[in-house]
Amino acid sequence: MKKLALLATFLLLPEALTTNANAAEFELSGKVGIEERYFYQQPQQSGQSGQSNLSIFAEPELYWSWNDDSDTVLFKPYLRADQSDTQRSHGDIRELVWTHVGNDWELRTGINKMYWGVTEFQHLVDVINQTDGVEDIDGEDKLGQQMINLSLVRDWGIIDFIVMPGFRERTFAGKQGRLRAGLVVNTDRAQYQASAGQQHIDYAIRWATSVGDFDIGSSWFHGTNRDPILTVTPKLANQEQVLNQENSSSIAQYELTPYYELMDQASVDVQATIGDWLWKVEGIYRNSDSDNYWASQVGFEYTRVGIFETAIDIGYLMEYGKDSRGEKFGVVAQNDLFIGSRLAFNDMQSTEILLGGGIDLDHNAHSLIVEASRRLGDSYKLSIDMRWFSSDSSKDVLTSISQDDHLQITLEKYF
Amino acid sequence: MKCSTNCYQSTVSTSFAIGLSFSVLLILVTAFSSNAATPEEEGLTISKEAKLRDLGWQDSSANMLMKLRNKQGQESVREISIKSLEVANDGDKGLTIFNKPRDVKGTAFLSFSHTVGADDQWLYLPALKRVKRISSRNKSGPFMGSEFSFEDLSSFEIPKYTYKYLGDERINDLNSFMVEQDPVDKNSGYTRRVVWIDKSEYRIQKIDFYDRKNSLLKTLTYTNYKQFLSKYWRAMTMSMINHQNGKSTDLVWDNYKFRVGLSDKDFNKNSLKRAH
Repeated sequence: MKKLALLATFLLLPEALTTNANAAEFELSGKVGIEERYFYQQPQQSGQSGQSNLSIFAEPELYWSWNDDSDTVLFKPYLRADQSDTQRSHGDIRELVWTHVGNDWELRTGINKMYWGVTEFQHLVDVINQTDGVEDIDGEDKLGQQMINLSLVRDWGIIDFIVMPGFRERTFAGKQGRLRAGLVVNTDRAQYQASAGQQHIDYAIRWATSVGDFDIGSSWFHGTNRDPILTVTPKLANQEQVLNQENSSSIAQYELTPYYELMDQASVDVQATIGDWLWKVEGIYRNSDSDNYWASQVGFEYTRVGIFETAIDIGYLMEYGKDSRGEKFGVVAQNDLFIGSRLAFNDMQSTEILLGGGIDLDHNAHSLIVEASRRLGDSYKLSIDMRWFSSDSSKDVLTSISQDDHLQITLEKYF
Repeated sequence: MKCSTNCYQSTVSTSFAIGLSFSVLLILVTAFSSNAATPEEEGLTISKEAKLRDLGWQDSSANMLMKLRNKQGQESVREISIKSLEVANDGDKGLTIFNKPRDVKGTAFLSFSHTVGADDQWLYLPALKRVKRISSRNKSGPFMGSEFSFEDLSSFEIPKYTYKYLGDERINDLNSFMVEQDPVDKNSGYTRRVVWIDKSEYRIQKIDFYDRKNSLLKTLTYTNYKQFLSKYWRAMTMSMINHQNGKSTDLVWDNYKFRVGLSDKDFNKNSLKRAH
């Protein structure tokens, strides 16, 4: 059942391709890149590698279209090789999706990615794809999700029906990896509430429309919660024996194991685009056996174009996150304020600088990021990212990475 | 319009130009109406005729090469495809898809332009698979780092300007009207633009753009006109020169097709995500 969507793609694709072979078009594009992370301080957690880490990655994109673009297949595999973290060295099929376009409907079958929501600092509403946690800490990298998605275009909006046969586990940094909690997450010991485990079939429905200045979306999801509950668990006996020989500290006897609950989530997201202002609201209500809560992220983005008689645009962003669970470990924003600024130089090289920070209003914890990027020549892109984390409360998720401030330089070649 | 010394000077030169071409004006006036038309009415009449001759094309698709050149002569190329849908009594709908530079491949831009009020614009970011509604107030901002602004590329609609006929001039070897068009929208980057429209086919030959301080900012020249469906003229080359920063951008059009069967369904958030 897990590979149903994938199977359907493979079964239907050759037939469609052969019947229209002369009309099929193929295109190859994609990117390869190299990334260096430099951490200013020595590792905080035991087992972590040193201050410098090199990583390479590739993401080719293969695209076929036929039937006058009514049928397309997109295949986007991803591969990363990391110098120190064996968990971060990983591969994924980001997309392998066959799309058939009808007159007022679309059917997307295979492994796909789908984004929901409007806010910038936290993505509460966006629950279809699992987070690829080893890629980056911003949660914006996602694993491909197997699905069958029927999308209907109506006068009153676009409605999407999604059936997801199979679940993707979140990826976590390994023992050698930085930017992780004190204990390592053992993904091999993941447990599920659903008796079918990873084979549980999830469902979602979404309606989205634009009315004047408003873009409105509302969705409902039933299935396995993408956010696991992490439990401190003693390591299994055979591992323990090995460990006893090399390390006698008690903390080394434990690890984190993920537990994936079933959940229902209802959500709404609205953006009002009025003049230079974008007003944004995301709200969710989530219900599972262990918890039921609501959370919201509200804010704005205001842009001034052509500052100081140049072509430069400056954007100011502010968002506030609230979570009814309060100061519980793992809650990203229970009473947090996010502030940011985006500079777009609008030059030939598309130079951009983004500054952002998050402040926890309940206790002393904050993070700061600077992201700058620029195209080099026609096919290279250079990005420089800097991140600082600080926390003096053990309740905050930032505590375990407060010594992981780093500089990241990425060079990508596009083809 | 804010009136400064510049404004006064331009008014003086305008009346001077009109004086010179008085006889031509007289013929035109009798041609368009029996009553003596003011330069404002005259300018409107010419612009309306140009718009009228371009009505009824329904939909089109085309590829565009955008060649950016800086002061030192360094070139950078963008490859873009554009689908357009004519909307009766309102601005056109457009879907712009980027193919080069490669780092923005698959990025697409959907716009519903309106004759009155702000346009609706959405941007699709393929890396995140995210559709984002964006502010359309950024009319004066550069499009993809080029010397074209968003408003330079939006469809021409009569209510967007007020008009004034300035006289006649021979340009690109064609007898042409000179019409001043003043943007109504206060977010426009221009105080005015002067448009040369040829008398035989009512095609735009040249536009001078004046910035908010009313000094000459850019000149756009239209060349290599081709006629489609035995009616609609499109310039295959559009060259924009920025007089203030020395940069220039050429748009070279290719594979222009009309009435390819596009409809509203090709201009929504789903089609934006399909852009390839």
